[in-house]
Amino acid sequence: MNGPQDLGGQMGFGPVAPERDEPYFHAEWERRALGVTLCAGGMGAWNIDESRHARESLHPADYYGSSYYQIWIKALEILLKRHGFVSERDLGAGEAIDPAAKPKRVLKAENVPAVLAKGGPCDRPVETAPRFKAGDSVRTKNFNPTGHTRLPRYARDKQGTIEAVRDGFVFPDSNAHGQGENPQWVYTVVFDGTEIWGEGADPTLVVSIDAWESYLESA
Amino acid sequence: MSHDHDHDNELDPFAARVRALETILTRKGLIDPAAIDVIVDTYETKIGPRNGARVVAKAWSDPAFAAWLKRDATAAIESLSYTGRQGEHMQAVFNTGDTHNLVVCTLCSCHPWSVLGLPPVWYKAPPYRSRAVIDPRGVLEEFGLVLPAGTKIRVWDSTAELRYLVVPMRPEGTEGWSEERLSELVSRDAMIGTALASHPA
Repeated sequence: MNGPQDLGGQMGFGPVAPERDEPYFHAEWERRALGVTLCAGGMGAWNIDESRHARESLHPADYYGSSYYQIWIKALEILLKRHGFVSERDLGAGEAIDPAAKPKRVLKAENVPAVLAKGGPCDRPVETAPRFKAGDSVRTKNFNPTGHTRLPRYARDKQGTIEAVRDGFVFPDSNAHGQGENPQWVYTVVFDGTEIWGEGADPTLVVSIDAWESYLESA
Repeated sequence: MSHDHDHDNELDPFAARVRALETILTRKGLIDPAAIDVIVDTYETKIGPRNGARVVAKAWSDPAFAAWLKRDATAAIESLSYTGRQGEHMQAVFNTGDTHNLVVCTLCSCHPWSVLGLPPVWYKAPPYRSRAVIDPRGVLEEFGLVLPAGTKIRVWDSTAELRYLVVPMRPEGTEGWSEERLSELVSRDAMIGTALASHPA
């Protein structure tokens, strides 16, 4: 979706402000926000694509007005409600009032190291051979889906070159919406800065994205 | 962008909101609060950029490892036991005399947690995410890094599940150094591409 998350090339946000010796967390609640989000994800009711889509579906004014972990928590509340784990009444009261859906599993402290070490690989076998090979010229599609996608606006309808064929990966555009993993080949596609940004582009710039096969056409 | 420096405080509405959510989920038996403690401890004290720095130092010291890292970063990094969440599919990209690499996630905040730890606030915030792809030179200057005008810049937008680790160039004057000593020259920012490796003092 053309949401607030799709930031590449936008203007007006001001300079980057790196903080010297930045701590991992700026408040105790940020620690809990990270942990609650990972634990809730550990119930297995949604996948990473659905959770990214929940974050980018926040109203743009809310998204841009929120810090990173605030975005996480606001999206988490939406996911928990959608999947029947908390109700509006629970959140309004700040207490557990309504019964919850039964989770597939609950992440216990003793299992955390193994779960974090395993991660969530999302490479999958793909039945068909890759349609493109390194060196092929391609054009990204011009589309504006209302659902989740990982093709940024700045890289749509642009001519590029396949640099590498990666693995088959879960297709986020369907997986975010409960429509299955539908794995596809992923390619690293390189674009000249001038192709993307046109007049005034940095002539020394090359930008790459990782693109699912259905984002690409031969060119 | 809001850059939250509030400290834990019962009066802070967002802290109260997170606490309420944790309480509700705990009472319903959906989460284990002790698991939160383990997660926080892991990312605050165990998994961080020292992991990535050791990967880089080994690549500088051992050409066979560097070749492996270039060919199959996931396996090469796994050989050092740095595995796991947000490091499942790794790709190492090597700076050269001609080309400087810079990593961004314009769509969210994808970052190789297993080797660099949790990303800093600036990496997740709109100024960096919006400008790294269109004005990388300007962004680098805000980090105090001015590249020669002829140096090519390659920006890697992490739009899929590949996670990128920049291998900076080894500084001169470090011949014969141990991997441990070399790793101290490699900052998190150097492995994102917003800095170079430090020069020996």
